[in-house]
Amino acid sequence: MTDLLHRFRAIALAFLLTAATAIPAFAGPFEDAVAKFANDDFSDSDEAVGIIATSGNPQAFAVITALQEGRLSADPDSKKVYLTGTDGKVTDAATGEAVAEVPASAAAVRLNNRLRRNIESALGGLTLMSPDPAKRIASAQSVFKSHETAMLPVIETALEKETNKTAKQAFTEARAAILLYKEDATEAEKIESIAVIKSRGDQDALALLTSLPADQTVGVARSAASAVTAINSRQTLWSIGQNAWYGLSLGSVLLLAAIGLAITFGVMGVINMAHGEMVMIGAYVTFVVQDVIRTSYPGLFDYSLLMAVPLAFIVAGLLGIVIERTIIRFLYGRPLETLLATWGLSLVLQQAVRTMFGPTNREVGNPSWMSGAFELGQITITYNRLWILCFTMAVFAILLAMLRYTSIGLEMRAVTQNRRMAASMGIATSRVDALTFGLGSGIAGIAGVALSQIDNVSPNLGQSYIIDSFMVVVFGGVGNLWGTLVGALSLGIANKFLEPVAGAVLGKIAILVLIILFIQKRPRGLFALKGRAIEA
Amino acid sequence: MITNLTHAIAKPAKGKGLTRRSLMAAATGLALGLSAFSPAKAADDTIKVGVLHSLSGTMAISETTLKDTVLFMIDEQNKKGGINGKKLEAVVVDPASNWPLFAEKARELITKDKVAVVFGCWTSVSRKSVLPVFKELNSILFYPVQYEGEESERNVFYTGAAPNQQAIPAVDYLMKDEKVKRWVLAGTDYVYPRTTNKILEAYLKSKGVKQEDIMINYTPFGHSDWQTIVADIKKFGSAGKKTAVVSTINGDANVPFYKELGNQGVKATDIPVVAFSVGEEELAGIDTKPLLGHLAAWNYFQSIKSPENEKFIKAWQTFTKNPKRVTNDPMEATVIGFNMWVKAVEKAKSIEADKVIDALPGIEAKNLTGGTSKMLPNHHITKPVFIGEIKANGQFDVVWKTPALVAGDAWSKELDGSKDLIGDWVGKKCGNFNTKTNKCGGQGS
Repeated sequence: MTDLLHRFRAIALAFLLTAATAIPAFAGPFEDAVAKFANDDFSDSDEAVGIIATSGNPQAFAVITALQEGRLSADPDSKKVYLTGTDGKVTDAATGEAVAEVPASAAAVRLNNRLRRNIESALGGLTLMSPDPAKRIASAQSVFKSHETAMLPVIETALEKETNKTAKQAFTEARAAILLYKEDATEAEKIESIAVIKSRGDQDALALLTSLPADQTVGVARSAASAVTAINSRQTLWSIGQNAWYGLSLGSVLLLAAIGLAITFGVMGVINMAHGEMVMIGAYVTFVVQDVIRTSYPGLFDYSLLMAVPLAFIVAGLLGIVIERTIIRFLYGRPLETLLATWGLSLVLQQAVRTMFGPTNREVGNPSWMSGAFELGQITITYNRLWILCFTMAVFAILLAMLRYTSIGLEMRAVTQNRRMAASMGIATSRVDALTFGLGSGIAGIAGVALSQIDNVSPNLGQSYIIDSFMVVVFGGVGNLWGTLVGALSLGIANKFLEPVAGAVLGKIAILVLIILFIQKRPRGLFALKGRAIEA
Repeated sequence: MITNLTHAIAKPAKGKGLTRRSLMAAATGLALGLSAFSPAKAADDTIKVGVLHSLSGTMAISETTLKDTVLFMIDEQNKKGGINGKKLEAVVVDPASNWPLFAEKARELITKDKVAVVFGCWTSVSRKSVLPVFKELNSILFYPVQYEGEESERNVFYTGAAPNQQAIPAVDYLMKDEKVKRWVLAGTDYVYPRTTNKILEAYLKSKGVKQEDIMINYTPFGHSDWQTIVADIKKFGSAGKKTAVVSTINGDANVPFYKELGNQGVKATDIPVVAFSVGEEELAGIDTKPLLGHLAAWNYFQSIKSPENEKFIKAWQTFTKNPKRVTNDPMEATVIGFNMWVKAVEKAKSIEADKVIDALPGIEAKNLTGGTSKMLPNHHITKPVFIGEIKANGQFDVVWKTPALVAGDAWSKELDGSKDLIGDWVGKKCGNFNTKTNKCGGQGS
């Protein structure tokens, strides 16, 4: 079916190119084909797409796009098919006549994956001449992958007319792919094509070269083999870069989750098992903000995260202060009791959230600027990870600056280094304790805003980060923010280089074992605090 | 601890949480008690029905709905006048996602509350943990979740899917309709995905798929960093052969997995993912637009049009006072199990466990998709299998279904260790009868 479709499409295209304006509306086949959508049968719809795409009817493009976008509805009784335009106007899909509205008995024409694929390739052919260069490139790519011999004349015409540099390159590559697979192409043509494909050098190029039929001449086979080797070795280099990026991005997530703990546990020495729940509360704040925006101000959705950050900081921070004042301050110097109390607290908080918001996941959407990916050479970088990396670094820098340059930062450091001395200098130590704990919790809260973008927003969210966070802080060196940074990033990178070799499960175990061995050797972590403070 | 976690489809059990929970075990239940469900004082003219689903802890995400379903069914049955003139009464306990606590609570339900039947458990490990209790005290458990099979017990009735009622038909669909030649079997690292993937691997090889065209990948519980794995899948899928992912990834890890797929631009038209643990409830927490066209295999979808289903959804939403409340596959399995039990009690004219257990095989009950399911001698049921594609509104569009109901196999026919075994509690009175040696007691218990 697909092959047939491709062939027809190419012929139809050539036809369209020469006589684009002078096509009379075909009476029979197009209308019959459109009516098939009313059968609610995937095979019938599939057949209809093939016929419509090759019909040359001026309505064809509109009908197929509408089908793809779910704007085509069909009435199973009257067998009439309605097209809702992007402007909301309804027309009869077969005749193009305006209709008042879609009748209630009509339902949207259903799609399955096979149908979606065929629509895509049908549209791919119809958009080769699109005025939008991005669409031309996309359809050239789909030709590159399908390398239909029948498409060659169309591609060559398009290539001649093309002025956009990137699109031209895409068409050249598509042409090379077709020539490489064309049975009667000369050896010279094929070798030249291999060179073009080799310079493309990505996985699609590799797939094209490795799945080449075996009956090639010696020269072609040899140059294909050498191209495969060259691409493979280049890919290996790129994959190192890719793993490093994955590692950085995992490291930034670890850092973000751990940074609040670096304050409450690292600086204050409170074994805070409820840290993860502060992260979770931050994520729920994001949910509430988005929920309000969705219902009241849908236009502001892209700014929802920006609004959630300060709110999450305030909510989690205040909660942290309350926890410090009511529980933790009675437990200073008693690590075991602190551990148990904060542990119990974490369960209380989880169940409270479960009761309030329900046990199921809550939907937190990605704003448009956090969706999708771009390619940097052969490295795929997803926007959400990139933003989280930037965000983490910003949080880290702000926190560092705060501790270093503000008076409250100075007081915090003074209290944690020598409490009695600080008290005798007139610092209200218990107030500073509360603020420090609030700061750590607040930062955990804003971590929750970022993590809501990549993880589930459920009452269990915090649990998955608590152990990792402790691991990072202990590994980096308790009490040292720079240690936390280096610890998180090195754990992330080590994890991502181990994962392809050992698998995700073994990789995680290996990391744990490595950390245990490391802690045996250096009990104070990567960057141990020096001096008397640590003994206190 | 993690390796012992034998879930069937389990959702969010996260490794670390478990260790913590096992220490805090009872505390959860006690501290955050569920006063709302304190068992009412029993009158002698009622039949008590035990509900053993986690209402707190990691499994609450999935199991709370099933508790509500049983309460709903009891309510409906009482409106019809109960069974044999007696009203039903629910006894709800909270095992707090804690496997040993499941056994304790089961014992409490049977000995103290004297329930006639228990509906409960989600994870396989919780089922395994209560098994000895049900055997010892000779009571009845209805288990409503799809699981890895390889079990048939006298006291347990499995109304969820066995692997041949979910995994194998899904693979068949991909092979025939999508012409898939290369397979990624991705799962969370515990017994359900491992057993299912073992069965699938054997099945694929029997269909002529070569070893190099199968990639098996396991991830830890609650895995949230899918970058490497999605990139690997992309790479594996670019070898020029149609590729699909068969996902036994544990419910909660699915959200970040699908998000990463969407962000890295893996579309269902290129590499479809068919999931066995993603249903309407899970999708309620995801923006489903990037997932359009990815698949799930179940025995029930909310979107299936049948008079029974429409009636059920309406009554359910009225009962829960939430017009948006979704329904899902384990709920339907609970409903079928409940109706079968009611019929068996009516047939046996008794709630005595032995009589009901003997009455159950052969009992038929309507499922919600328009067919009639039957309890088989191996204590599994017959079910239709549907393949649904994810739609933008978080529901599924059924694109394929098995022509007839599929009988659940307690023992997989694909695995060497179990292909000769059958469960037959009617004729042979044995859960693992070896048809080769003609003896009861092969592999298993």
